Amino acid sequence: MADVIFRVNMSDLSTKVEAVPAEWMGLGGRGLTSTIVAAEVEPTCHPLGPRNKLVIAPGLLSGTQAANSGRLSCGAKSPLTGTIKEANSGGTSAQMLARLGVKALIIEGKPTDPKAWYSLHVDESGVRIQEEKELIGQGNFAVVAALNKRLGEKIGVITIGPAGEMKMGAANISIKDQDNHLRSSGRGGLGAVMGAKQIKFIAIEPTDRKVEIADIDAFRAASRAFGKALIDNPISKALGQYGTNVLVNIINEAGALPTRNFTSGQFADHEAISGETMYDTIVARGGKPKHNCHPGCVIHCSQIYNDIKGQYKTSGFEYESIWAMGANCCVNDLDQIAEADHLLDDLGLDSIEIPVAFAVAMEADVLPFGDGEGILRILRDEVGKGTALGRIIGNGAGSVGRTFGVTRVPVVKNQAIPAYDPRAIKGIGITYATSTQGADHTMGYTIATNILGVGGTLDPLSKEGQVELSRNLQIATAAIDSTGMCLFIAFAALDDAACLPALIDMINARFGTELTADDVTNLGKTILKTERAFNLAAGFTNLDDRLPEFFSEEPIAPHNVVWDMSGETIDTFWDF
Amino acid sequence: MRITVKLFAYFRDNRFREQIMDVAPGTRVEDLIHNLALPLDELGVTMINSRHCSLDDEPKEGDIVAIFPAIGGG
Repeated sequence: MADVIFRVNMSDLSTKVEAVPAEWMGLGGRGLTSTIVAAEVEPTCHPLGPRNKLVIAPGLLSGTQAANSGRLSCGAKSPLTGTIKEANSGGTSAQMLARLGVKALIIEGKPTDPKAWYSLHVDESGVRIQEEKELIGQGNFAVVAALNKRLGEKIGVITIGPAGEMKMGAANISIKDQDNHLRSSGRGGLGAVMGAKQIKFIAIEPTDRKVEIADIDAFRAASRAFGKALIDNPISKALGQYGTNVLVNIINEAGALPTRNFTSGQFADHEAISGETMYDTIVARGGKPKHNCHPGCVIHCSQIYNDIKGQYKTSGFEYESIWAMGANCCVNDLDQIAEADHLLDDLGLDSIEIPVAFAVAMEADVLPFGDGEGILRILRDEVGKGTALGRIIGNGAGSVGRTFGVTRVPVVKNQAIPAYDPRAIKGIGITYATSTQGADHTMGYTIATNILGVGGTLDPLSKEGQVELSRNLQIATAAIDSTGMCLFIAFAALDDAACLPALIDMINARFGTELTADDVTNLGKTILKTERAFNLAAGFTNLDDRLPEFFSEEPIAPHNVVWDMSGETIDTFWDF
Repeated sequence: MRITVKLFAYFRDNRFREQIMDVAPGTRVEDLIHNLALPLDELGVTMINSRHCSLDDEPKEGDIVAIFPAIGGG
């Protein structure tokens, strides 16, 4: 049975099943969502209007035995950045959609009745639109619990929380995982796009169908080699034990941990929020330091973090989220940060954008730096309830900065800068500036080479070689994203010569193709150029590939450096 | 001469988080790793005073040496 496209029109409430066009066959994940958005969405459209489309796609190997293949991509024009956007996450939906033979779900149009809410139901026969009333206004955890009761424990769920219903710019799309917790397609407000189309959730029925594999023996051999490369990689060990939060101490040591709204590169209380402390706390409270976000992941960078009573509090407790509320808002209480992480999961909000927004709010004296209880109160009583202040914060760091007249606003293309200061790590500054999706660290993770010694080494404080490093990593990342694999395979792919060939062998064995490594690299370049073309047509210019002014003005301790990469240098990024 | 040595992640297990050590001038970073019985094949990066350094580099009086196992993240 061939894969199909499910097309849902929310203007006339119709659905269609379509064959996959030849030009989309070799694409999955971000490669597919960006290709479809670029082909079918007017770049100048209103992101919350009927002309935007929300595209949901599993990866090329989702639903197979391939390790780390269960990622789901969501794509659209972003209401936060105005650029093309893709955000991917774990959970069980990618594998379920792939097994149903769904290559992509394309949601277009907008209901004519602004008060009507709907859900989508996907199963072996297709996709149905249904009216939904009961769960409107509910948090994501309640939605998952209710759907488990309504439709059975094995149901797959893609959901928006109250933030998405309120169309906040930082609203995410959440995906149920195998423990009934939530993973996030976090950045860029895709939850608001789903909310604008008035879809509260998408339910996916389990199936006994299997994904078709053209050459099963070749696939199994490649899959074994690939899995081994991931497990053998030394970075998998630290990630499995400490999660991504292992980064707090090394980035702090390097003097690049943005602290107190990007005014310093080191946080005095870094130990209190570190991966080492998180590990000790998890173990002491009977949680799980190792946990995977989807079945088949072998890296296990997630965790189960319990509160002091040993009750579940959060998982997917990431370096980014902990940095943003910890060092950047000066909160040194990991339990307060975990509570915020839980609330952000439930409300359905990006756990980078919102805490960075809070730091800008602290700069504006809305609340003091370090006030963890204040953050929790405002999240519950203002953001969650859609008050005026809540909506200002819910629309992100740029929104808070504009409202309160703050100039120290760390955003690019209106998306909050993540957990690495560009003055002290120049390579990531190039990525922030040139990424087609706004400030984003995963798009071209130069930290690997600038700080971690992966894929070579490059002095983070030197101007030399940073554009080339960011370019190479952005191309490689776009290529990996186009397979729909978890990006953390990149650590093995960069340093183990067996890894990438095994991935390509698996893709070829699944589809009966003969792709080469060059094909995959070229795919990465094509995706980047496709995305950039969309942005240029949407009105962006090279002048938008710049960091905020304050980075050039204000030196950051301990290295006392400013951002001094010229616009001309940044613009050479696109010379490929 | 006295230097501060900082260890991270599981390198701390059965060792220490941070310690002031008396070492002979001319001691290399690799010598420190050897003396602490840290596994070289699991070594990530090393830094002196928040700047990356090589195994051959020699810390000076008052320097802070940081030693990390192989680490990744996002």
